[in-house]
Formats: sequence, structure tokens, C-alpha cells
Amino acid sequence: MEQKYFRSLEELKLDVRPETDNKPLGDRQFIFEMQQELKKSTTASRRDFLKVFGFTVASAAIASSCEQPVRKAIPLLIQPDEIVPGKASYYASTFFDGIDYCPVVVKVRDGRPIKIEGNKASSLTQGGTNARTQAAVLGLYDNSRYRQPQAGGTASSWEEVDQTIISQLNAIKAKGGKVVVLSGTIISPSTNAVINDFLTQYPGEHITYDVLSASAMRHANKLSFGKAFLPAYHFDKADVIVSFDADFLGSWLTPVEFTRQYSKNRKLTSGEKEMSRHIHLEGAMSVTGSNADKRIQLHPAQEKQTVAALYYELQKLAGESGTKQIESPVDVKAIAKELYNKKGKALVVAGTNDAETQLMINGINQVLQSYGNTIDTSVQLNIRQADDEKVQQLVADMNAGKIDAVFLYDVNPAYDYPEKDKFVSGLAKVGLKVAMPVVEEETAPLADFICPDHHFLESWNDAEIKTGYYSLAQPAIRPIFNTRQAQQSFLVWMGINLDFRSYIKQYWESNLFAQGDNLTFTGFWNSKLHDGIFESGQKETEVLSFDSNAALQAQQNAKSGNADQLALVVYANVAVGTGKHANNPWLQELPDPVSKACWDNYVSVSPKLASELGLKEFDTVNVGNIGELPILIQPGQEYKTLSVALGYGREKAGVPATGVGKNAFSQISFANGHMQYVRPDVNLEKLGGTYEVARTQTHHSMEGRAIVRETTLEEYKQNPISGNEIREEIKKHLKTLYPKHQYDGFHWGMAVDLNSCTGCNACVVACSAENNVPVVGKEQVLMAREMHWIRIDRYYKGDEHDPTVVRQPVTCQHCDNAPCENVCPVAATTHSNEGLNQMAYNRCIGTRYCNNNCPYKVRRFNFYDYNGSDALKGNEMDPAEMTTDLRRLVLNPDVTIRAKGVIEKCSFCVQRIQEKKLEAKTENRQLRDGDVVPACAQACPSEAIVFGNLNDKDSKIAKYYKDERNYHLLEELHTLPSVGYLTKVKNTTV
Amino acid sequence: MYVSPIREPLIRGEKNYGQVTKEILAPMAGKPSKYWYMGITLAGIAALFGAWATYQTIYYGIGTWGLNKTVGWGWGITNFVWWVGIGHAGTFISAILLLFRQKWRTSINRSAEAMTLIAIACAGFFPLIHMGRLLLGFFIFPYPNTRALWVNFNSPLLWDVFAISTYFAVSLIFWYVGLIPDLGTVRDKAKTKIRKAIYGFLSFGWTGSARHWSRHETVSLILAGLAAPLVLSVHTIVSFDFATSVIPGWHTTIFPPYFVSGAVFSGFAMVLTLLIVARKALNLEEYITVTHIESMNKVIILTGSIVGIAYITEFFMAWYSGVEYEQYAFMNRAFGPYDWAYWIMMTCNVITPQLFWFKKIRTSLVATFIISIFVNIGMWFERFVIVVTSLHRDFLPSSWVMYSPSLVEVGLYVGTIGLFFTLFLLFIRVFPVIAIAEIKSVLKSSGDHKKAAHHE
Repeated sequence: MEQKYFRSLEELKLDVRPETDNKPLGDRQFIFEMQQELKKSTTASRRDFLKVFGFTVASAAIASSCEQPVRKAIPLLIQPDEIVPGKASYYASTFFDGIDYCPVVVKVRDGRPIKIEGNKASSLTQGGTNARTQAAVLGLYDNSRYRQPQAGGTASSWEEVDQTIISQLNAIKAKGGKVVVLSGTIISPSTNAVINDFLTQYPGEHITYDVLSASAMRHANKLSFGKAFLPAYHFDKADVIVSFDADFLGSWLTPVEFTRQYSKNRKLTSGEKEMSRHIHLEGAMSVTGSNADKRIQLHPAQEKQTVAALYYELQKLAGESGTKQIESPVDVKAIAKELYNKKGKALVVAGTNDAETQLMINGINQVLQSYGNTIDTSVQLNIRQADDEKVQQLVADMNAGKIDAVFLYDVNPAYDYPEKDKFVSGLAKVGLKVAMPVVEEETAPLADFICPDHHFLESWNDAEIKTGYYSLAQPAIRPIFNTRQAQQSFLVWMGINLDFRSYIKQYWESNLFAQGDNLTFTGFWNSKLHDGIFESGQKETEVLSFDSNAALQAQQNAKSGNADQLALVVYANVAVGTGKHANNPWLQELPDPVSKACWDNYVSVSPKLASELGLKEFDTVNVGNIGELPILIQPGQEYKTLSVALGYGREKAGVPATGVGKNAFSQISFANGHMQYVRPDVNLEKLGGTYEVARTQTHHSMEGRAIVRETTLEEYKQNPISGNEIREEIKKHLKTLYPKHQYDGFHWGMAVDLNSCTGCNACVVACSAENNVPVVGKEQVLMAREMHWIRIDRYYKGDEHDPTVVRQPVTCQHCDNAPCENVCPVAATTHSNEGLNQMAYNRCIGTRYCNNNCPYKVRRFNFYDYNGSDALKGNEMDPAEMTTDLRRLVLNPDVTIRAKGVIEKCSFCVQRIQEKKLEAKTENRQLRDGDVVPACAQACPSEAIVFGNLNDKDSKIAKYYKDERNYHLLEELHTLPSVGYLTKVKNTTV
Repeated sequence: MYVSPIREPLIRGEKNYGQVTKEILAPMAGKPSKYWYMGITLAGIAALFGAWATYQTIYYGIGTWGLNKTVGWGWGITNFVWWVGIGHAGTFISAILLLFRQKWRTSINRSAEAMTLIAIACAGFFPLIHMGRLLLGFFIFPYPNTRALWVNFNSPLLWDVFAISTYFAVSLIFWYVGLIPDLGTVRDKAKTKIRKAIYGFLSFGWTGSARHWSRHETVSLILAGLAAPLVLSVHTIVSFDFATSVIPGWHTTIFPPYFVSGAVFSGFAMVLTLLIVARKALNLEEYITVTHIESMNKVIILTGSIVGIAYITEFFMAWYSGVEYEQYAFMNRAFGPYDWAYWIMMTCNVITPQLFWFKKIRTSLVATFIISIFVNIGMWFERFVIVVTSLHRDFLPSSWVMYSPSLVEVGLYVGTIGLFFTLFLLFIRVFPVIAIAEIKSVLKSSGDHKKAAHHE
């Protein structure tokens, strides 16, 4: 062995190695030497030159070829408190578009709003939403938003525009001209104050124009109570609801609030044994009518007579005499009896904009003692303030050249005014025309100046929907474009150097602060802004007394129209409504709750009329000069009633709205000063063509299968299992050789109360927004390729002329014994240990076997590259232009975009489950029941969807599963679904 | 060896070995006829149509097909099963008939096997092209990877992958082993150097020595033993694609035997269609005689009747099961919107083959040709009925839809037919259509002169 000597003790202990000066320099050394050489060689030889040249060229080539595109990701120097990357912030706000009111919470990720949810703090909607509210977030990213101010059709700057407008306003003021602010209903007290200030400075008038008008109701109340107002309704307090064509679950007044109220009194999940009874009389089949316990077909021309007769019958029951006998086209005696028996707990409403009918409805409610019980006159509804006569007068004045300036705010009369040509010609005669639109529309291009307004998610605002029910709106994103809030514009034009936020604060400080219980205004403001809601509990102070003379007079005058003539009803559907949101692809692709049609409007025709006229589905007709529209045979439609949805036929709205459907606003007429949505006598002209309407459901019968199980209240009271008897039978047969799945931690489950679901479609849009569900366009829907992860099946039962309607929301059932899982060759769809049926999109190769083998057909295949994520370029299928950079901002970063050729489906919002689990973990607590709420359940205005942990025996979901009404869809297949349904109970108790 | 004098001779015309070699090799020699050129042009055009459709499918996606949210499989899988079925005749003839010592198979086994291979290739194309993400199709193989991904052995589609690839591989080897002595013959008869070199290489140095023959026979027998169960297993496994599912109309235990007999049925029909034309065009009428055709027709009666019984049994079981979905599915097949497809299937598969009970019909070439076409059509519709009518109306009526194919789907089908005929026409030119060595083995025992000698 080699001997080792040491020189010192250190060397013995440590392995000391002699230090060297020549550290390896690698490339640096090479470069260094090169530089040294270069320095030395003052007279460079040819070789040196070539060496240097070669080095330079090579390094340049390397440097340039390795260049990466510069991606700027600049971290914030000072991190704002509320922003944590990857974590959502929530801001309370208020959605109001003239028809729908909904207090909301806006989910913001990385500075961009991606989802709207209902605000639970509101006692009116209690977290409920509707389809349009859910879809509004996409409106923020509308491709056809105005991006800067325009003057005379060319881009301009705010300074220039303001300067010209102010000088013109001053000139008008100087000559004593008239300024008009034409707006939709404004429920914002601060906005109203701004406009009032503006019109004080520049004298003129504020005229409200509502596309869906309730001016007849206001007029009738003026005659009955001496004040033009709308009262607050309480469907939850009514045991019997009779509605004459009032679509209160879809479009009448405040449908989100009404849906919440309505469903509250129809739930049987907490041991209730009673529920409200809903009788609906209408011509066309509406969402509300399809939910009724009893639906009576009534020709619109006979409505007035029927209301008069009902009034008479009730008077008779109440012992009030003096009116003459009135014949009714339908039997109202029974209805009268039912109503009268529930006196004080009854509610009668009518959707018509006919003042006489509304007067009689007032009379009826008076007899039934509804006022003070189911109708509250001390709390007034501030929606639909328009006085149709004033709008008509304005159009006349404009045509007469009496108006010098008009400011168009939140209105689009060149599209939706019934006599739009008159409006357009009148507008041309106005000296100063200023439009304040958010998105491209028909009216704005006719104005001199386009001063684009912020989207509501970029704005400050407040609202008072009902007396004492305030809410606030705050920006959830910085303005995307060079726009300015309309209220701010008014302030600028008044020369007031104050931002609108401060204006609102001032208004709240001086008007509302006193009603709160905070000590300081800052505290008051911050808490209200945080909640988004301020319910002061204040009431109207005037004492209103009912005067029935006008109602009786109306009853005397009531005459039946001719029910042999074809009547046309125009209505706002739950999707595009009045057309304001027509450019929202989610809404365009949303199937109608009744007809299941999307991407078009059409003429609904009763089966009897269709066969009489020899019309087949999709034959084109011209009704009242709307233009060529296809017909859709609608079971349950009254024999001689036709109906067409409003909101289609946009001309300048961008992709996809432009050119979809036909504009039916021309069918609205004025009678006694009120806009009429019914034309009692129209011509139907057969055009001989055909035009296919895309529908997401084409088979409408349940074929006698126990899919939607139903019972009546009477039977339910006797035996809660009624309607669901078959389940016991099925359970007896469920035998297996295999051990049951064990879930140690969570076992997620969902339950749907079929009694609560109204089919409003809020869940469908919410799911699309949450899960980045692509919009595929009409052609693809026609090919049955819509991508919705949740759908609401609608079946007709019974006679096609007078069917009953049942609905069933269907998502992935997350079967414990899932047929889809075992057939996937690559195990792309698997079962989680929490009972979720999962999809690994990256693993999916698209054999579609899972889709075939799913008995519920809830799996969706990406037939094309719907979202531009394919590796191949140029093959996108995006007819709705959802993949523009702007619209893409709405995508939820927590949910993967699915590529072409991949199957996708409902995940029970697994991203939400994970988020809440993490939250609980960081807070070191157990997950509580109700922590995890999937998008569909969150959106539901009637709380029909319940989600939770089945292993938690105290959870709401466990309670629902124990309910006798609970059943699973196709349980006999032994798929062991994790979605339960509670049987539908109809109240047929007379 | 004694052969019953009553039996029809298998080879007509008193031939010697040299004659046999010459006549069978004739189609390979010289320039192809104008009919050959016409045929390959037509087939090539059809194949190009298929190529266009393939491009459309891969570039734009499955959306170019007529499928939808409810009907996830349409023409693609129909064609797949149809081609797999056709691919059953060759191996059935050469393996199972070999084991059963059916000598008449020697005239037809070569071309039937070639047809099998081409049909399996056509069939294999469909599961590939119908994948949503073809480029990731390799996920289907259980290859080791760092991401710990593994395939799902519960899935019948995975069984398919193994079944089809095994079947193709074994059939290919079996066919090639059978070819080796003939390739030696071709080499020996070749006139050009290149031809000699190529066939020399392909024949693996076959000399025809006794040792070679002995080994060849042994390998053939072993392969026949291997291939025979495969004939039965492939379509059994294909039928599992349907039988293991929950869809009414698919979820049926009768499927394996039903599918196998259907496959043999359709395979024989396709062999007949091809050979009736080929024997005439290639002047092989003395080798492929009416006796052969009659024998095949007898197999068609048998398998066609099994298929017919299966159809009726399905209906009975639907009623007997008491399952409303099952009952609806079958009523919907026969009387629903796709009833025309069902009745085409019933007519072509159950009724027309029964005509072969008449000797006049089963020995008539024209009638056989027509009926074989009917069977081909009928068997395609059988798969269409199973795939589409079961899917389009299953459990929840809300999802019920109709399905119709797009031009691209038609293109893919026509394309595989084009490919099939292109490859078959090429096969005729490069390989002997009849197994020369094997036919020589029966020439002495079952040839015309032998028979003639017995009659004297």
C-alpha cells in the first residue's frame, strides 16, 4: 500500500488541495483569448479577419436563430391587496338592462370579469339569476362594442366631441330650444338626479321609452289609486295564482324575483304538505304557462271578456250586486270559486298592456283582498316607468321639428320602436343627436355624435328596484375601450368636474345614509358597496285608497273580440329578450324553454290550425308583414293564436346577431295610448318555402317511460311515494356480483327538485360561462351537435292540442357504475375516489364509444375546432366569432379548453370543488355543507338544484336523497347515478 | 387414392402439370389487358375520392361526417365491421377447410386469402380515421412511458386492436407461407433478370426439395391451426364492441355466433363476387368450376340461415326480456324511421340466400353473382341497422335524433372499395391467383383425366 505523508495536521484532517489560478473558464476563456488576440493584432491578417468574421457571423446566427418572442410579464411593483394571481376576486354589482333586474356578484380573475353570480345578500333574488344575467359578462367582451367617440361617423376624441356638444347645447339653450333625454327605464336614483340636473341646466324633458311597456298598468293604478305606479307582488304569499298571459317566470316585470317567490311556495322538501295552485290563461305557450297546474287556452281577443266575467263571478261570491251577468268564453266560475276560497291568499295578474283589463284585474284583486296581502302598494316597483303616450308624442314632436336636441341613452328605437320609420324620419329633423350606446346598434349611426357608454361591468351605478330596495354597481374591470359612462358624459356636458362615483356617494350620503345604522358615511358606504345591497325597509308614505269605479266602468265596457280571427302575440323570450342582448352567442344558442329552438324566431302555430291550413313544420309564412318566417307547430297553442318572439332581425349588431330571425317589433301597435303586444287580426300568407329551425330536442314524447315522474298534490299527501312507486320495484332488481364502490371522504351528489325547476335556462348559460362551453352555431345545432353540458329536457304529455309540459335538467349523472368508463380504450374517463366521473381531455383520442354507451347522452364531442385550440391552423369552426381575442377574455382559466376530437361533459364543476377543498384546508376546517356550489346550482333562481356530500348524513343532499320523491334516472340499468330527481307534484286540488 | 366416381372433378380439362403452371401464370405474363387498365383506373379514382375524404376528416375533424351528439358511430363503424366480415372468408377457406380436408378449397384459397388481407386493411382504416385525434392514436397501445399511463383492458375497443392486428398478422404469414412454393415457380419461369431477382428474393430460395416440402407442410398445418380459432375470435371480439355496452339493440349475448356466421356469410359472398368475374377474365374456368361455386353457395345457405335465425331470436328475446327499451329498439328497427334499412337487410340476408336451395340457382353463375351482390349489400345494412338504429333512439327520447352520412363519409367508404379493387388488381398481376402447388396436389386425384379413367 502506498504510504501517505502529511505536511501539517490540517492536511491530515482535511483533504487540502493546492489552489490553482487557472480556473476553467469555458467559453469565456475562448472569447477572452479571442479579444486579447484582436487587441494585439493592430494589423490583422487575412486569417485573423476570417476568424473574427466567422465568429461574429456564427454568434449572430446563433443569437438570431434562438430568439424567443418577447412576452412581457411585468410583475406589479406594489401588489394590490385584493389581487392574488390565480385567485378570483368578487365584486358586488347590479345587473339591470331595462327588463331584468338582478343583484349580482362578479367573479374577476386576473383583472377580468369571467362570471356573474347571483348576490345572496339580496332578499329579493336571494342569489338567483336568469339566463340574460348570466350571459351579461360576455356582453362586456362584445366584438361590436364602440371603441371610441365618433362625430359624424368618424372617430373623434372626447375633447372634440364634448366641446361641440357643449357649444351646441348652449346655443339651443340660448334660443330657448328643447332638449330631450330619451332613455329606457332608469331605476338608478343617482342617474335620475344627473339627468334632472342636466335638464335643469339645458331645459327639456326626460322621456322614458320601454320596449316592454307596462304603461297600462300604471295608468290603471292611477285610475284605481290615484297614482301611476306598479306595486310589489308576493307570489310566495299566494295560495292561488291566476295569471292572464302574464309571463312572470320569463319576462313579466321582475322574473328572477318572481321565480324565487313562486318556487318558494311550491317546495315540498321540508315536510310541507301544501303548495300554491297556479292557473294560467293564455293563447301562446309561455314558460310560465307551461309550468302551471292548470293551463287554459284563451284567445287573446277574448281575454278582456274573460277577465270581466271572472270579476263578475267574484263580485257575485262577495255579495256585491249591481253588475249585469257577463258571459265568459271559458268557464271562470270554478276559478272564481277557487280564488274566493283563498281570499287574502290569492293573486291575479295580467300581462296585457290594456288599461281596461288591468283595471278589472285591480278590481278582482280588491275583491280578493290581495292588496295588503299578496300585493303591496306601500312598496312600489320602479321598473317599466315608460308612458307610451309620451313616447308617441315625442316622435310626433320630432317630426314636427319641435325638438332641438335628443340624447339617446340605453334605447335603440331605430330597431325596436314599432313605427321605427317615423322615429328615424323624426330623428333626422333634430338638430343635435347624441347616442350613448355600448354596442353597435341601429340607432347610433343616425346620431351626430356617438359617445359610447361603459358596459355595466365597467361602471359605477346604483339602483332602487323597489321602494327601499337599493343596490350598487361598481366597476369590475378598467374600461377596455375609450368609452365613458353616460352619466359622466352628462356631468361633463353640464360642466361639472365631478366623477360619477363621487356623485353617487354624495347622493347616498345626503339621501340614504340616514336610513342606515352606520355611524360614519365611510362605514356605511363601504359596507353597502361590499354587500352591493342596501335594504332600508322604507315604505311609500302616501296612503292609497282603492276606488273601484273605474274598474266597474271597464267591466261594463268589456266586449269580447272575435276569436275566429287569427291573433298574433309578440313576446320576449328568455334568451335574447328584446334584442338588446342579441349579439350574445350564449343567448343565441340557448334553446327556448318551450319550443327548444334557438338561433331564430319563428311563428308558433297550433297543431289544429297547421293541419287546417295544410302547413307543415318549417313551412314559411308571412304574418302581418314581418317577412318570411318558418312555422313551428306548438302543442298547446290556442287554435287561432300565432306567436313570434321579439328581439330578432337585428340589422347592425355584429356577429352573430345580424341577420338572425326577423324583426317583429313592427307588429306592436298603439291602442288608447298603450303599446299592444297582441294584434287581434292578422293575415297569414303561405309562402311555399321551407326554412329549418335549429332545435336541441326533436322528439317530444316520453314514450311512456318513467323518465319524469309526476304526481298530484292530493296523491302526494296520501302517499309521498306516489308517482315514484316503480322505484321500489327497480331497487328490488338491483343485484350485483361486484362490491359496491367505497368512498371514504366525499361522495359528491346532486339532486334536482323537478317541482321547482321552471325551465328558465339560467343554469345552461351559467354552465357555459363557468366551463368554457363552446358556441357552435346554428348549422351545428341543426346537426344535433350543441355542446351544452346541462340541458333541460322538455316533454309533452297527453293530447297534442292541450298537453301538459314536464321538464328535467340533465347533466352528467356521475354514475358510480358508469357505462362510459369501462369502454374507453385509453382510460381517458375514470372514476374519482369522490364519486366523480372525470374526463382527462389530454388522454382522449375521440373514439366516442363513451358517448354511445352513455344512456343519458350527456357527453359532447368536439366535432370541429370550435375554439381555435387545434394544432392545425385554419380549420376553426366559429360562426359566432367566439374566438376573437376580445371574447376569449371571458374564458375561465380554471377550466381547460377542449381540443378538436375530444369528448367533454359536466364535471360537477370539479374546479369549484377543488377550490373549496383547498380553502377549507388552508383554514384548517372541515368542508361545510353548501360550501361547494356548482355553477348551475348557483344560478338557479328557484333553488331547484342541490349539491353536496352524500357521505355527510346531515347534508341537504342526503336529506333530499332520503325523500320518498327521490329517484334516479334509468336506475334500472344499475348505473348508480349521483344525480337524484324529486318527482314533480302538480296541484290539481280544486 | 380412391376418389368416389360420383364426385365432380375439381379441375376440368385433362391437364398435365406444365399446363397447369402455364395457365395459372398466364395472367401475370405480358401486358395487362385493357379491362385491367379500365378497372384499375376506376378503382384508383374511387381511392382518390377516399383520399380527399381522409384529408377532410383529418384537417377539419369528424364534424365533416354526419354524426351528432347521440349517434357517435355511423358509416365509419358500419364499414369497419363490414370489411372485417368480408375478411373472414379467406382464412376460413384456407385454415378451417384445410383442417376439414376440403380439397375444393385449393382453387380458391389463394385469392380468397388475398382478399381477406386487403379487406382487413380496409377495415383497419376505419377505426383509425374515426378517431377524433388520430395523431394521438398511439395511445391505444400499451407502451411503457414515464407518465405511468396505461390502457384500459376492460374496453372492447382495446380487444379489437389486438384481435384485428393478430388476425392480420397471422393471415399475412399464412398467406405468404402458402405463396413460397409458387413464388419459386414464378421465379423459375421468369424471363427477365429483374423479375428473377425479385421473385428469387421473395421465394426465400425455394428449391422444392423434399425437406422444403416437408417443412412447408408442417408450417402450413401449424399456421392453419393457429388461424382457425382466430377466424372465430376476431368477429367475436368485434361483436363485443356492441355486446358489452348498455345500449338496447347492442347489449345482446347472441352477438358472437351471430357475428361470426354473418362474417363468413359476407366473406363468401364477396369471394363469389370476385371469383365469378376473375375466373372468366383470367380464363380459369377449368380451375374454378361450377362445383366450387356450388360448394360456396352451400356455405352461404348455412350461414345465411344462422343469421336469419339470429335476427328472429333477437326479436323474441326483446319481447321475452320484458325490457321496454329493448322492445322499443327492435320495434323501431323494423317499423321506425330506418325501417327501409331493416327490410333491405332482411330481404338480402334472409330471403335471397334461401334461393340456393334450388340446384338450378346455386349452379347458375348469373344467379350466384346477383345473389352474392345482394348478400354484400344486405350485410352492410345489417351493420348499419345495428350501429345506427340502436343509437339514434336509445333511452331518453329527448336525445333522439336522425343520422345521415355526409359526402365525406361516403367518400371514405367508396375510397376503401377503390383501395380494395386497386390492391386486388395489383395482386392478380404480381402473384399467382391460384395456389399452383396445391392445385397440383389434387390434380391427380380429382382432375378430369383421373375421373375419366374411373368412368371407363
